[in-house]
Amino acid sequence: MSADTGSDASRIHNIGYRSYDGVRLGRAYARRSLYSQSLRGSFGLGRSAKSKVLPMLLCGVMCLVALIIVAVAMATPNMTELPLKYTSFAIYLQAVIGLFVASQAPQSVSRDLRFKSVPLYFSRPIERVDYVLAKLGAMASALFVLTGLPLLILYVGALLAKFDLADQSKWFGQGMVSVALLSVLFAGLGLVVAALTPRRGFGVAAVIAVLTITYGAVSTVQGIAWSTGSASAVPWLGLFSPITLIDGVQTAFLGASSAFPGGEGPGAAAGVVYLLVVLALVVGSYAVLMRRYRRVGL
Amino acid sequence: MIATESLSKRFPRVTALDRLTLDIGPGVTGLVGSNGAGKSTLIKILLGLSPATEGRAAVLGLDVATEGAAIRERVGYMPEHDCLPPDVSATEFVVHMARMSGLPPTAARERTADTLRHVGLYEERYRPIGGYSTGMKQRVKLAQALVHDPQLVLLDEPTNGLDPVGRDEMLGLIRRVHSDFGISVLVTSHLLGELERTCDHVVVIDGGTLLRSSSTSEFTQTTTTLAVEVTDSDEHPDGTHALRRVLADAGVTLLGLDGLDAEGLPGAGHILLLEATGEETYDLVRDSVAGLGLGLIRMEQRRHHIAEVFRSEAAPQAAAVATAGAGTGTEGKRS
Repeated sequence: MSADTGSDASRIHNIGYRSYDGVRLGRAYARRSLYSQSLRGSFGLGRSAKSKVLPMLLCGVMCLVALIIVAVAMATPNMTELPLKYTSFAIYLQAVIGLFVASQAPQSVSRDLRFKSVPLYFSRPIERVDYVLAKLGAMASALFVLTGLPLLILYVGALLAKFDLADQSKWFGQGMVSVALLSVLFAGLGLVVAALTPRRGFGVAAVIAVLTITYGAVSTVQGIAWSTGSASAVPWLGLFSPITLIDGVQTAFLGASSAFPGGEGPGAAAGVVYLLVVLALVVGSYAVLMRRYRRVGL
Repeated sequence: MIATESLSKRFPRVTALDRLTLDIGPGVTGLVGSNGAGKSTLIKILLGLSPATEGRAAVLGLDVATEGAAIRERVGYMPEHDCLPPDVSATEFVVHMARMSGLPPTAARERTADTLRHVGLYEERYRPIGGYSTGMKQRVKLAQALVHDPQLVLLDEPTNGLDPVGRDEMLGLIRRVHSDFGISVLVTSHLLGELERTCDHVVVIDGGTLLRSSSTSEFTQTTTTLAVEVTDSDEHPDGTHALRRVLADAGVTLLGLDGLDAEGLPGAGHILLLEATGEETYDLVRDSVAGLGLGLIRMEQRRHHIAEVFRSEAAPQAAAVATAGAGTGTEGKRS
């Protein structure tokens, strides 16, 4: 709408209200948008400079460690494989992963709860299931980037160092499956804990507690069990903390060497139990999140 | 725009809506009710977020029970409470909400810039929302409800927490949402007075039932109450009382002193409430005050609160309240 007053240069634009008659892309698009916004947000993209610091730093640490390992492998003569298994990488750097979940899961869900933005989402075409899936998917994807990127660096490094291609590819694949499982599990647990409290600080502390304290407790008890001669209990104790669960699954099925005391990882039978527990936790997290948002309406 | 038919919502212990039948047409409609009258429950049902216990409701001709998603695509909602994250700018936030409504990225950005300008946010829209005043936050909340160019917006207590100037600005803005943008509005409030000036039509609900539904002009006609306050003089030590006598002789219906009934204690209140039937009542008051030689301190139209609707509902002349063209339904039978 413009009122033409002669020449083009002197056109006066009427800045009155313009209605929108373009396309409306609906629910699936809204879900994708929420997913990408949350995923970017996990790395501080599209947020303030301050909120980029921690996730970028943690991601940098992961990649730097991978680069150092590659450098060592290349510099050492007569190496035929990397000094560290792909599957062990995430286990060694679990503290970094834990910090990432603890800082970003509350950012992703507690904010909407605390500032009561949730009703704004639910007054739009998306529904509860879309919101939960988008948030869960975004967190898992962010974790997969965080844990998968260093593995990719290791793999490329291994290939540049002319290690055996078939072996490396197989191990790399196993590593990727393992971190994918880890990402989904940690994302589910992190979001459930974070969604239970609208306070971000509590959320951070609670996630750290769930991830690290359980690991501390489990590995201590495992150590005691192993040194007192009841080594058979060691694999079963690993069921009680997220990271040892992943350790168990990959030891049983993905050719990893267990970080349990004495390398007493679970066998195939116990491995099935591990896998079932992991799946139950993931499904359980989803169910709890769905429940959590049931009554957050207007 | 909105039609409900004996809509009820019962919770285990309370009945939030009780067989509510409404028919709301295009324009600005005020939904008035005290806290807990069922306003928010009604909005929740209209958005298709909460199933009704019984009865039916349709928004824009779409059934709330089965076509909730389609309704939510074409309706905007502004919640009563604070809902804005403080660490992002208004632009970022509204763009995100536009995309949540299904607008493609480019359109989302254009519509956000337009909408924020229309609600009166300019350079400050690039600053984090945390630093905004209440008035600015309310504008952002309104913008996110309008950004996808809905056919209808539901505004829940948009004037909450605003000072008188901010209140007037917000009411003016709401008026423009319909007159300039062509978007119909359902606005809730617990103050009837402020909606009278903004709305074409007012619906009063209480305890989940319809108390009254009529166009604003009828409302003001039947309920205009004039408050008059005068000085005392040596000749008339109780000016209010003297004026009361004169006006009563002239046939004006006195509604009583402020807070008291017509036979209230003389001198207990100094504000005389009377029913204004038209221009002539104003003239009569002016002439009577001048004739008595008193000073007129104030003569104003009273803002009506829900309580007054109750009172006039009980009075016999309330039966004369006709339901407006768009509004029908069971006139609240409260006894």
